[in-house]
Amino acid sequence: MTPPLLLQGGRVIDPSRGFDQAADLLVVDGKIAAVGAGIAAPAGTEVRSVVGTIVAPGLVDVHVHLREPGNEDEETVASGARAAVAGGFTAVCAMPNTDPVTDNQAAVGFIVRQSVRAGLARVYPIGAVSVGQGGEKLAEFGEMVGAGAVAVSDDGRPVASSHMMRTALEYARTFGIPVADHCEDPTLAAGGVMHEGLVASRLGLKGIPAAAEEIMVGRNCLLAGLTGGHVHLCHMSTRGSVELIRRAKAQGIRVTAEVTPHHLTLTDHACEGYDTHAKMNPPLREAADVAALRAALKEGVIDCIASDHAPHAYDEKEAAFDDAPFGIIGLETAFAVAHTELVRGGVLTINDLIARMSTEPAKIFHLPGGTLAVGAPADVVVLDLSAQWNVEPAAFHSKSRNTPFAGRALTGRALLTLVAGKTVHDWGASAAP
Amino acid sequence: MPPKSDRTILLDARAMSRALQRMAVAVAELAHGTADLVLIGIQRRGVELAERIAKLIEKDEGVTVPRGALDITLYRDDLETVGPKPVIGETRLPVDLTDKHAVIVDDVLYTGRTVRAELDELADFGRPKRISLCVLVDRGGRELPIQADVVGQVVKTGPGDRVEVQVEELDGRDQVDLVR
Amino acid sequence: MTASLGKDLVGLEHLTPEQIRLILDTAEPFKEVSERPIKKVPALRGKTIVNLFFEASTRTRISFEFAEKRLSADTVNVAASGSSVSKGETLVDTAKNLEAMRIDMVVMRHPSSGAAGFLGQRIRSNVINAGDGKHEHPTQALLDLLTIRDKHGKIEGLKVCLVGDVLHSRVARSNLWGLTKLGAQVGVCGPHTLMPRGIEELGVKFFPRIEEAIEWADVLNVLRLQLERMEMGFIPSLREYYRVWGVTPERLERSPRPITIMHPGPMNRGVEIDSRVADGPHSVILDQVTNGVAVRMAVLYLLAGGRPELADAAKRGAGGGTE
Repeated sequence: MTPPLLLQGGRVIDPSRGFDQAADLLVVDGKIAAVGAGIAAPAGTEVRSVVGTIVAPGLVDVHVHLREPGNEDEETVASGARAAVAGGFTAVCAMPNTDPVTDNQAAVGFIVRQSVRAGLARVYPIGAVSVGQGGEKLAEFGEMVGAGAVAVSDDGRPVASSHMMRTALEYARTFGIPVADHCEDPTLAAGGVMHEGLVASRLGLKGIPAAAEEIMVGRNCLLAGLTGGHVHLCHMSTRGSVELIRRAKAQGIRVTAEVTPHHLTLTDHACEGYDTHAKMNPPLREAADVAALRAALKEGVIDCIASDHAPHAYDEKEAAFDDAPFGIIGLETAFAVAHTELVRGGVLTINDLIARMSTEPAKIFHLPGGTLAVGAPADVVVLDLSAQWNVEPAAFHSKSRNTPFAGRALTGRALLTLVAGKTVHDWGASAAP
Repeated sequence: MPPKSDRTILLDARAMSRALQRMAVAVAELAHGTADLVLIGIQRRGVELAERIAKLIEKDEGVTVPRGALDITLYRDDLETVGPKPVIGETRLPVDLTDKHAVIVDDVLYTGRTVRAELDELADFGRPKRISLCVLVDRGGRELPIQADVVGQVVKTGPGDRVEVQVEELDGRDQVDLVR
Repeated sequence: MTASLGKDLVGLEHLTPEQIRLILDTAEPFKEVSERPIKKVPALRGKTIVNLFFEASTRTRISFEFAEKRLSADTVNVAASGSSVSKGETLVDTAKNLEAMRIDMVVMRHPSSGAAGFLGQRIRSNVINAGDGKHEHPTQALLDLLTIRDKHGKIEGLKVCLVGDVLHSRVARSNLWGLTKLGAQVGVCGPHTLMPRGIEELGVKFFPRIEEAIEWADVLNVLRLQLERMEMGFIPSLREYYRVWGVTPERLERSPRPITIMHPGPMNRGVEIDSRVADGPHSVILDQVTNGVAVRMAVLYLLAGGRPELADAAKRGAGGGTE
């Protein structure tokens, strides 16, 4: 039995209840027992001073790739969960483009068991929309949900067939889960490796035009409207997509959207010099797109931040730009990058950021978490907003190192992460920074 | 501050002119006339000197003497040790050298390595009947077994010395200096 | 002494105008070498050069091979098929293997943009880009510049139009950089589907029709149209391409001035260029080929590693000078 834990003297921010005050937080038996000023702790409570920090609901990342089964050298459920808690996340949703694809109840159950065994961040499986993510045959949503899946997606690729997407949205309604789509028109984007624009022209690289994403965003909004289903749009990257989402939401369509920290902070200029750490899908775009995404996040047109954590072995990224795989990791830098660029940059308040990284994603995917209400599971993160640190990939808990932020000076980090009241990350205690 | 150097004039314009006249006569004698004579000036300044000698011979003998230019940069034996590459000058040979008496004209003969490069390069152009060497200044200090057949002026020099030749066409005046 | 080019020649985008002129000026004496009965100078004697071609190319490879051999270097040709690359060896491993064999210089052609720079950053040998994906083909642009300079006496102020598939052309990109840096005005002409996004932001004029380009230009550099472009749907047919954008004598007759005709080769006669134009009086296509060897000799000569520290030692020891 873990003794009760009192986090004393911090500023508690709980967007789920509009709470923002200096307060203590008491955790008993893995649940939030009390939040308020001057809590008297029961005997035997471990008291921890968190003066000068923010105490918030644990962060929730609804889009990560954990590479298990199939590419355990790059990441496993356990290493990904460790990286997650180091980044302040108490829950992540794992995409099904594993090898073999997570498209059936046994595979979903495997992820759940690996998560329990690791005992760190909660890893919720996302099941595939189609068998093998082949885009032809619907997977068994019911069985997968029964085994623990919280959503379905063919991420890695788009659901190319509009008929299949429509069917998926309708069928998913029975189980109350979102269908998350990687919005990319396959024929427009085929062969592209970065944003189609002047930088690509100068580098001699084939581009992926913004329209490739916007076409599918438009389609998905229309289909969500047609079916009454809930579509979740993964990793938005263009200003055109923002406009389409705004219109759809105004019409009452059940569409939600996420954006990554890198799409909020980097442009296609990061590809100059053929740096493969700037190669991801969707690609980094133009300054005007970054500005529109930031405004949309502030407004709530984009609901949450998700990292699209995509580990790759070091030698795979060490290749000519055309040949390197897409993707970068992000669990251990997401909060710090967002805090440094957006909160200290004046775009969001810390309350906005916590809402977008915890309360909102939990809400969209119907996950427990994102709240510090009494009786809720004690998934808590203690954030030091003044901590200054340099990104050193060699120190990551993730098995992979592919980040474009290596060497960057960032401000803000997770000091302490609790899942179900258990301390799963304690920056002060661990040797690694 | 560059180290203080000591500059003496070895040949002024008049002296250089006299030397070149002597050299022109010597070259014509060496070649037993002009029938198969070709003058080849070495870039740089050797080209201008060859031109002057050719004109002097032409004035005396009344016939045109073919002359050409040779740049030996690509045949240097020290290309490996230089950093940025030396500028390559023009190479042009007026005639086929087979059965000709080619007289190489250079400004200063010192270690002899340039002459070695000249001989290597000429060999790639054909097989002259005979090759002779004509230099304005021989300053000693040979590192290879090479000698000049016609010399304008012999000068004794030490290892740190420099012999600087200036020609009107390139430098605005005719003069040879010894710089210690 | 001349200014330095650095270790590698990856492209023209980051060279200064002085560096480009240096290469062109150095190419002139090398033209003369190719006219000699013995077409060889010992300048690169004993240097090992590998021609690493991941894409089939006869003419560029042969041109480089002649350049290397005329400089007395030892050359080895590695073609992608039959080498370990086709068995899936990574570019990084290929690079390391070459370095382990103490190769002095690598001339590489690779289908991925950025591959030459990638290799150059990882091995000590000099790397010369013979074409990387759609990025650059610097020696082709350099020989194009030399040919223009020979014909017109200058490059500054000339109007040069690149005609054809600019989108996929590394020759076009390198030419764009070289011409702009030396003060020429650059135009492009071809179907919109074959033009790169943002090209006008680089100061380039776009002509949708070949007639307009002909009215404007002093020089036309006609790019090769590849069959794949039709197969990939960028243009409906090669026949239509010729009908709309083909450089024909009839179209050229309408121009107010004689236009120099260039082509990087190999030509698709009757597709991008009419045979009568290619063989006509204003065509300098064969001069381009001659200049190609000279330019490549100049590049190899300028890049070939000297060791300046030996020069200092020699000066201190022997009292200097090769007279």
